[in-house]
Amino acid sequence: MDQILSVKEKESSESASYRLLDLRSDIPSRIYWSAGGLFFIFIFILWLFLTSLKIVSPLFLPGPEAVWDEFLRQLHEGILLQDASASLYRIMLGWIISTIIAVPIGILMGNFKLFEGMLEPFIDLIRYMPAVAFVPLTILWAGVGNSQKILILFIGTFFQEVLMIMDNVKSVPRELIEVSSTFGLSRFEILRDVILRYAMPGIWDTFRITLGWAWTYLVVAELVAASSGLGYRIMKAQRFLQTESIILGILMIGLMGLITDMIFKFTYRKLFRWLDGKG
Amino acid sequence: MDSPALEISQLSIKFKSNNQKEITAVENVSLNINSNEFVSIIGPSGCGKSTLLRAAAGLERPQFGKIRVDGHIVTHPGADRGMVFQTYTLFPWLTTYENILFSLKKSPLSTPEKEALVNHYIQMIGLEGFENAYPNQLSGGMRQRVAIARALVYQPKILLMDEPFGALDAQTRMSMQELLLDVWDQQRLAVLFVTHDVEEAVILSDRIYVMSNRPGRIKTMIDVELPRPRGLIDLESSPAFLSYKRNLLDLIRQESNFYQKIPLSEKIA
Ligand SMILES: Nc1ncnc2c1ncn2[C@@H]1O[C@H](COP(=O)(O)OP(=O)(O)OP(=O)(O)O)[C@@H](O)[C@H]1O
Ligand SMILES: [Mg+2]
Repeated sequence: MDQILSVKEKESSESASYRLLDLRSDIPSRIYWSAGGLFFIFIFILWLFLTSLKIVSPLFLPGPEAVWDEFLRQLHEGILLQDASASLYRIMLGWIISTIIAVPIGILMGNFKLFEGMLEPFIDLIRYMPAVAFVPLTILWAGVGNSQKILILFIGTFFQEVLMIMDNVKSVPRELIEVSSTFGLSRFEILRDVILRYAMPGIWDTFRITLGWAWTYLVVAELVAASSGLGYRIMKAQRFLQTESIILGILMIGLMGLITDMIFKFTYRKLFRWLDGKG
Repeated sequence: MDSPALEISQLSIKFKSNNQKEITAVENVSLNINSNEFVSIIGPSGCGKSTLLRAAAGLERPQFGKIRVDGHIVTHPGADRGMVFQTYTLFPWLTTYENILFSLKKSPLSTPEKEALVNHYIQMIGLEGFENAYPNQLSGGMRQRVAIARALVYQPKILLMDEPFGALDAQTRMSMQELLLDVWDQQRLAVLFVTHDVEEAVILSDRIYVMSNRPGRIKTMIDVELPRPRGLIDLESSPAFLSYKRNLLDLIRQESNFYQKIPLSEKIA
């Protein structure tokens, strides 16, 4: 009896440890999130270790405490909030304008071969042009004010976003469209009630991803003739070799990008519960 | 005399393949289905069964020939024909109840009438208790039952089914056949049923059209004179059933042999 029991125990503990590295299998969410947290802590300790033992010079990599001090300084002087809100404003505006135009055009391209044939080659051409290369042009076109920054963010986001939305729309299975047409629905009704409904989670994910990209274009957007913004702060700090200010700026951009990302992930789960079958 | 529920005359459908070669999927097919009649089409894979059915649904455009439903020429998909596909085509964002209700969007019925109708069909397919389940919470058989209810609820003249049980295991398949016979008993309408399962065709049909290999033509038509209602267990061991089955298997096998005689080069092209 005892033997059987112990064999069983062994089996179950073994299968539990197996499950952690099973292909594609789910793991307890506790472990999932702890793994992410622990990795952050690991990187932080590594950073602390490298800097406090003076393995790298503070000019190249200042320690966490120096960055923290810089954070407090900028916070007290009000620069940080000013920079963050200036950047957030540009990002949101650039991304929203891009999205407002990309959604209808992407839907047209995904549904009608005519629009795909007309626009895809052109968009393909532009999307490989680096956004930095547009900086001089955008200054000529839009001056040196906020609109130039927003334009750069738009260029960096829009052309990718259109193609992604086109793909989202195309992911709707043909049979789903066909079966809807046998219910006597018009083309417009199928588009609205079937194609867009089906594509919506994918489109929402495209929003999340493209907003993330907009953040990565921030420094490029604030490269020239800016007087505030996280990207501007980074560029300025480079001239005065204030490495801690650079790192703070990078961390802030990363953090704000992460927050917007999480907002979209969270709303995704709320909006599309049917995806995992929970009403 | 009434016009047949579905009338296909001299239908030919060609496709252009990638290398611009024309493939004749359906060639000169004529067939009739009377209202209340259950008709199957069997034939080897690739012989054009789905294409024929899709044309009847209005999803393929014929190069030649006419398709009439209740005397009216078919040009578009429409609510006088219901369609059930082999693949799962439920809307994943809608529950069982909502999926069935969705196909009544264009119906002139009042909301309470629609609701009563949907509930009636949920009962008919035996999915009480699953009204609020989403498709990914249902088994394959359950999903096809919902698809059948969804295609019947708006009272089409003819039900078109393209290997609806093809993706199911043998056990489920059999209970689905029983369910379909049951449902059909309650709502008599014309059915055109595509399958390549000979037994399935005999069990369900009043008549069976056998299609030849590509280009798909009608090879023969067989009347299935087995009494209804048909109990599957008794039926499958009856001599009459076995002789139909044998006869059909022979016909199909001839087609498969023919297939092997096509030179390989032509098959690839
Ligand atoms: N859209 C299309 N474009 C080009 N060729 C097609 C198209 N649809 C079908 N065909 C060709 O037409 C022929 C008949 O196809 P169909 O799908 O009707 O066969 P089937 O009898 O339903 O086969 P199966 O039993 O495997 O489902 C095949 O050779 C197929 O390659
Ligand atoms: Mg087929």
